[in-house]
Amino acid sequence: MTERILIAGFGGQGVLFAGKFLTVMGMLQGKQVSWLPSYGPEMRGGTANCSVVIGDEPVSSPIVYEPDILLAMNLPSLDKYENAVAENGWIFVNSSLVDRQIRRTNVRDVYVPATRLATENEMEGLANMILAGAMLAGWAACDEPLIQETLKHLVSDKHPELFDRNLQALRLGSRFRGFPPQAG
Amino acid sequence: MAEKVLMKGNEALAEAAIRAGCRHYFGYPITPQTEITAYMARRLPKCGGTFLQAESEIGAINMVYGAAAAGRRAMTSSSSPGISLKSEGLSYLAGADLPALVVNVQRGGPGLGGIQPSQSDYFQATRAPGHGDFHMIVLAPASVQEMAELTTKGFHLADKYRMTCMILADGTVGQMMEPVELPVHTDEEPDRPWAVTGTRMNRPHHIINSLYLSPEKLEEMNFARYARYDTIREKEPLWEEFHMEDAEICLVAFGIAARVAKAAIQQARSEGIRAGLIRPITLWPFPEKALMRAAEQCLAFLSVELNMGQMIDDIRLATDCRRTVSLLRHAGGVIPTPAEVLERIRQIAGGAQT
Repeated sequence: MTERILIAGFGGQGVLFAGKFLTVMGMLQGKQVSWLPSYGPEMRGGTANCSVVIGDEPVSSPIVYEPDILLAMNLPSLDKYENAVAENGWIFVNSSLVDRQIRRTNVRDVYVPATRLATENEMEGLANMILAGAMLAGWAACDEPLIQETLKHLVSDKHPELFDRNLQALRLGSRFRGFPPQAG
Repeated sequence: MAEKVLMKGNEALAEAAIRAGCRHYFGYPITPQTEITAYMARRLPKCGGTFLQAESEIGAINMVYGAAAAGRRAMTSSSSPGISLKSEGLSYLAGADLPALVVNVQRGGPGLGGIQPSQSDYFQATRAPGHGDFHMIVLAPASVQEMAELTTKGFHLADKYRMTCMILADGTVGQMMEPVELPVHTDEEPDRPWAVTGTRMNRPHHIINSLYLSPEKLEEMNFARYARYDTIREKEPLWEEFHMEDAEICLVAFGIAARVAKAAIQQARSEGIRAGLIRPITLWPFPEKALMRAAEQCLAFLSVELNMGQMIDDIRLATDCRRTVSLLRHAGGVIPTPAEVLERIRQIAGGAQT
């Protein structure tokens, strides 16, 4: 079983960090993982994306062309990658910045007003983790201790408040459960 | 087993260099390898090393020459246009028989080109890194783990044969993160009895030089160097075989292209097409014997390259043109999809059956 995940948005929306979170989580589970960013000028305000592969077999290609899961942080990202999503795949939409429904009929969609929720809950900059939280809510391979362990890997001891903020953001997003509970 | 850490390829390479005892880094930033420079800037001063951002790539490679001449493990890194600037220095390093590690995290060219991944410096690395008759050992990592391991190996080979070893990576392998088991620290400093370390008035001067005005002496130096190259060709080729045991179609690819090829081969196998891969890890020396063996077994070859077709020449040479070698190429930073490679495998399989 291999999950190919594409996270896309504006530079500065935390696309790469959200990807790194999922990658570290996979690694801590003993999975084979890879993380590949878009790099260059697009990281500084343009569209940024990152490919994450999590699976049981060694990752052949780290480039995700046909994601099983797309996290679209803004409209240009949904426009660009909607059609690339694998049949029966999932699209998690940051509906605060996307004013349309998805057009595909053979994929499943979840809408999370991530940017608005971040603003309302004083979690500026954490829309990425709110959307990731929605995705992880139904991920059978993921539980709260694992999430906490993953965050510990990513957040410096010097900033314990970041651990709490990221954890709260993930929990907030988890209310928008997308996967059926049994899904992998 | 050591704990695995999640790192970018560029950072794993830099950390492996430090663990291999490299304490002298000279470089100049350029995408997509700047993380190497940044990592060295952060770490080297903390472990007694010297990090120096040179005024240019030319400055950096000549500083490597100086540090290597003084018997120190030294390196530089850059990306394609910056490597061209280092050409002169690479030739001088060869002419002076100095060990050094040079990293090229390739981007698309020619000229300033782009910043996306490429393999278009294959010819430059394997044929003519600079003027004069010489080679570098060229290692091509395909994973973050290999970015680390081949760096360790590169320093070792550079010292063993007193020559430059190049890590020929690409933007993808440099930028991606994977779990990596870092090599152990070593304080191993090979004996370098030729180094210029000061005579203390009790031995003759050592001279590090690439100028030989006597044609006979210069020829002798070239022959001696090529005798070493013969040994390297015999002993040092490295490659990986993937599903080659019963392969009828042999893909050949290195670096990131090899990973895409593997994905395509797995799909082809599920369709009953017997495809396999030879992934050269050393591009020079090229794994000629593995290719020749494959030529006896396989019906056709497919070279998958992120350039306009460079390694394909080496495949034809290594197989003595016994089989058709076709080419799937992309340039400028475009990476083929597994589906595209699969389609070519299907075409070749269809042709092979009729």
